[in-house]
Amino acid sequence: MVVGNAESMKSDLLSSLSIRWIKLKTKQQEVLIRVSILCLVYILAFISRLFSVLRYESMIHEFDPYFNYRTTLFLTQKGFYEFWNWFDSESWYPLGRIIGGTLYPGLMVTAALLYWSLRFLRFAVHIREVCVLTAPFFASNTTLVAYFFGKEIWDSGAGLVAAALIAICPGYISRSVAGSYDNEGVAIFALLLTFYLFVRAVNTGSLAWALASAFGYFYMVSAWGGYVFIINLIPLYVLVLLLTGRYSMRLYVAYNSMYVLGMLLAMQIRFVGFQHVQSGEHMAAMGVFFLMQVFYLLDWVKHLLSDTKLFQAFLRVTVTCAVGVGVIALGVGTASGYISPWTGRFYSLLDPTYAKDHIPIIASVSEHQPTAWSSFMFDFHILLFLFPAGLYFCFKRLSDATIFIVMYGLTSMYFAGVMVRLILVATPAVCLISAIAVSATIKNLTYLLRTKRKVSQTGSTEGINGAKASSKALLDRSQPFQKNSAIALLFGAFYLLSKYATHCNWVTSEAYSSPSIVLAARGAHGDRVIFDDYREAYFWLRQNTPQDAKVMSWWDYGYQITAMGNRTVIVDNNTWNNTHIATVGRAMSSYEDEAYEIMRSLDVDYVLVVFGGVTGYSSDDINKFLWMVRIGGGVFPVIKEPHYLVNGEYRVDKGASPKMLNCLMYKLSYYRFGELMTEYGKPPGYDRARGVEIGNKDVKLEYLEEAFTTSNWIVRIYKVKPPNNRW
Amino acid sequence: MEAQLRLRPLSLFTLLLLSLLSTSSSSHLLNVINAERRIDLTSHIVKVFLTLKVENTGTIAASEILLAFPPNEVDHLALVKAAAATGKRKKKTYVPLDVNPTEQPDAPNGTKYLAISLVKPLGAGETVTLEVLYILAHSLEPFPAEISQSESQLVYYSDSAIILSPYHIKQQTTFIKTPSAKIESFSRVEPTNRAGTEIKYGPYEDHSSHSFSPIIIHFENNNPFAVVEDLVQEVEISHWGSIQITEHYKLAHAGARHKGVFSRVEYQSKPSISGVSSFKNLLARLPPRAHSVYYRDEIGNISSSHFRSDKIKSELEIEPRYPLFGGWKATFVIGYKLPLQDFLFESPDGRRYLNFSFGCPLVETVADKLTVKVALPEGSKDPSVEVPFPVEQRLETKYSYLDVVGRTVVVLEKKNVVPDHNSYFQVYYTFKPIFMLAEPLMLVSAFFLFFVASVAYLHIDPSIRK
Repeated sequence: MVVGNAESMKSDLLSSLSIRWIKLKTKQQEVLIRVSILCLVYILAFISRLFSVLRYESMIHEFDPYFNYRTTLFLTQKGFYEFWNWFDSESWYPLGRIIGGTLYPGLMVTAALLYWSLRFLRFAVHIREVCVLTAPFFASNTTLVAYFFGKEIWDSGAGLVAAALIAICPGYISRSVAGSYDNEGVAIFALLLTFYLFVRAVNTGSLAWALASAFGYFYMVSAWGGYVFIINLIPLYVLVLLLTGRYSMRLYVAYNSMYVLGMLLAMQIRFVGFQHVQSGEHMAAMGVFFLMQVFYLLDWVKHLLSDTKLFQAFLRVTVTCAVGVGVIALGVGTASGYISPWTGRFYSLLDPTYAKDHIPIIASVSEHQPTAWSSFMFDFHILLFLFPAGLYFCFKRLSDATIFIVMYGLTSMYFAGVMVRLILVATPAVCLISAIAVSATIKNLTYLLRTKRKVSQTGSTEGINGAKASSKALLDRSQPFQKNSAIALLFGAFYLLSKYATHCNWVTSEAYSSPSIVLAARGAHGDRVIFDDYREAYFWLRQNTPQDAKVMSWWDYGYQITAMGNRTVIVDNNTWNNTHIATVGRAMSSYEDEAYEIMRSLDVDYVLVVFGGVTGYSSDDINKFLWMVRIGGGVFPVIKEPHYLVNGEYRVDKGASPKMLNCLMYKLSYYRFGELMTEYGKPPGYDRARGVEIGNKDVKLEYLEEAFTTSNWIVRIYKVKPPNNRW
Repeated sequence: MEAQLRLRPLSLFTLLLLSLLSTSSSSHLLNVINAERRIDLTSHIVKVFLTLKVENTGTIAASEILLAFPPNEVDHLALVKAAAATGKRKKKTYVPLDVNPTEQPDAPNGTKYLAISLVKPLGAGETVTLEVLYILAHSLEPFPAEISQSESQLVYYSDSAIILSPYHIKQQTTFIKTPSAKIESFSRVEPTNRAGTEIKYGPYEDHSSHSFSPIIIHFENNNPFAVVEDLVQEVEISHWGSIQITEHYKLAHAGARHKGVFSRVEYQSKPSISGVSSFKNLLARLPPRAHSVYYRDEIGNISSSHFRSDKIKSELEIEPRYPLFGGWKATFVIGYKLPLQDFLFESPDGRRYLNFSFGCPLVETVADKLTVKVALPEGSKDPSVEVPFPVEQRLETKYSYLDVVGRTVVVLEKKNVVPDHNSYFQVYYTFKPIFMLAEPLMLVSAFFLFFVASVAYLHIDPSIRK
């Protein structure tokens, strides 16, 4: 009896619970679903970036991240003040580099803080793991910001879609996979956060949000040089609002407090310093700031003056004066040199051909090339078609917030077209605008479906009555058609979105998860072959060369050599001194005896070259060689590009120019390569990367000797011999 | 030429010894009837098997038998094992004996002694047969000291043709085995015979105590001279079921230094004559049932390794990132997990003890310095160690995941460790199983607090406006 009672009680409890569950208010249900979707998206954004760890290992990727890792290690070991005052003598020998004053410390400080707090909570993690997972962690946080941003500019549905889209968008994943420990990983989060907070501040007119936005800006400035985009886009946006007559007190509060505080905070970063008041790139923000004050003044005067004519005259005088004063100030500032002109990098953004003609060192980097259509398709997939649709919806419901996202989308799309790497900046905007399109479309379609059902229900319950009935029948006849098309469209949308998901998944796992330090290829039997030559060479340098050895290589490998090889390099990826890089380029493109003089003057002990002739690895030094010639020739006119070409053609076989066949780079790459059989059925000395038999098989070295070559010949290290005794 | 020059001080040393002999008085009247020594030079670790038949001709029973070593040899001595053989040929049984260094007041020219303690003292007129194995590390000296890639490695081995002993030896023979028949030169102390890879010194009759006759052998030895300069082995015990081992190696090729060019094309195309003294892989014998093995270094995972494991043994074949030539170095880390029940036991008095092997798992490798760090679980008390040979000991504290008070770490340090050292040591400690729950409870409470805080946050309205 008692048992039965207990059981019935239990079932009662259960039923009451389930009833309660069902009887959750719609709003509560919505909150629950929304929070769980956000949690899932948060986790998804993190784990989809772990492909690289699964495929390879938990390691730092590519080039710049190695510098960031090295500095983070220094920061965690020696503390902040040592880091801030760090003079690095291991790079740019013999010049050295003031690390604290020439880097954006945001990333390192973030990782170190994460590390210290984990350590404080007694998680015995290694700093490398923290660095590897920083980018995925911030990508997850970005999805949250995207949700709130979407909610701010459209509705929470759009926010959810935006979060889901940005979580797996290849354009963003390419820079934020686990191990890609670069500034961008943190900076995109900071960028979107700043924009969101600013839009929020404009929408509310609240000082608190503007303040938060200033701090977001400060974090962005500390993390990435791309902050220039913010400091130009926001004034531009404000200007557009002013011109379209959307000036309001909210805007005034938001912009002024954000600009002034953000500027003061940004000055605390040593690398940025006084640029906000001294550099041409930041002048637009200042100009808009003063313009705001003029507007405010005019508004106030208009309020005081009742006479429209008088106000018109006053307006004319004030605007002329203001513009005149502004132009004179700018002119005097520029002429006296107080305001520095625009930098080459900035110019190359406005004029894509500028870098090619004037700054070969910028043009030589593959990620600074103009973007091809295919890579837009690769990185955005369906978002590329949803983006215009989203723009349409935005224009249909124009508000301060949608104007912002439209401007952000259009400008960043332009920059993405100029440089491949700036696709990253466009990605959040594209995701947000596409999310508006998706959300609005699906909302409309489901609305259609739902209302239909209600109408048909009411239609069936109501009586059948003459004319009324006939009109109902008419409606009913059109309903199935509309309903079906809505269902079809919905299915189409889901199909497209699922295609997007599979595409993102595939791109992430196949294209963007390679660390580029370790190369993987398919073997003859379909098995995976790993080429770990880079680390082999760097570790050899670390273990078997004198502690103070100086290594000369092309600047691409500088960061890796200092971080993994722990040896001093002549030039590295910082590229702050063009002449120094040109000297290395000159040494590489000279004859051996001339190069020896240069290397002696630079105290070089070892020369490192990357060579893909055995494995068919195409991004090696021979393929980069023309850029060395160009950069070298840009400073030293002795080096002339036509000397290395035959009829404008770059070749390494028998038909190559004599200068090419005997320059240092050629000799170091192909030393004793002529004896090696690389491919069956081909003569010895067959270069698999370029598919030709090399032209100079009998390479003799007089001033250098082979010190180490990795197992697949990808990295070759030569020792510079000491000078001969004269007697 | 240089070899002869080097021989001269040694011969002077012999003369001195001989002159001393007349004055020295042996404490015991022990005699060695027959001595046979086999020196194995086939790898870079020198193994010496010594069979001594000792007779007590005095009147007092002797409880110790002394072994004598020249002072420079003692520093290279990595291991000495002695056993007394009883019974005839096929039914021979060995009783292991303790060996300890001792000081003798009248030691000529700094000769060092090790005393073998007999189980029962050797009475007057009795004889005993002793088997002694001792291992010398770093006793082969490369000459020439620097070789190029195409040369093979030649080394010197110097010793005495006559066994250095504080006792009179009636008859003795020494056999020296070299890795190949390629012997450049060897000293002759007649009768000396050479047959293939073996050189025979002796038999020599009636040599008085502390006789010494230096010999030097110059021969080819292309075996990998793999030396671990520093090995730190961390053993972390978790009562949740596993033992995590992390081993930090500093490996070096201690043979003739590599000189000049390293040519990959020659190394690849002519492996039989190019870089013969270099080595590119090593074998580590891990305890059976090892799992979750990793092999990496400061800059990441090293992909060239193979692991075979079964219930009897686990073998890990590792390749350093590059082949090691003379003087080249490589550092790396090996880590693995072991099932707890294979190594942790409960002693009758309720304490727990870890029974683990002491030694470097790499085959045919000398470890110059081995540090074993046993991290006991958090909350364990009264650690004590039992080691079968003298080591340095100390205690440390370590913080691992979610540790509050830190773990007690027992540190053992020893120099010159060779693979035959794989003998077991025990670490005893007391541990209350309730401490196992500390960390899960911490996590549970942290999550609980988090949820309580969230609930509280959702139910509190902190805004001022109302």
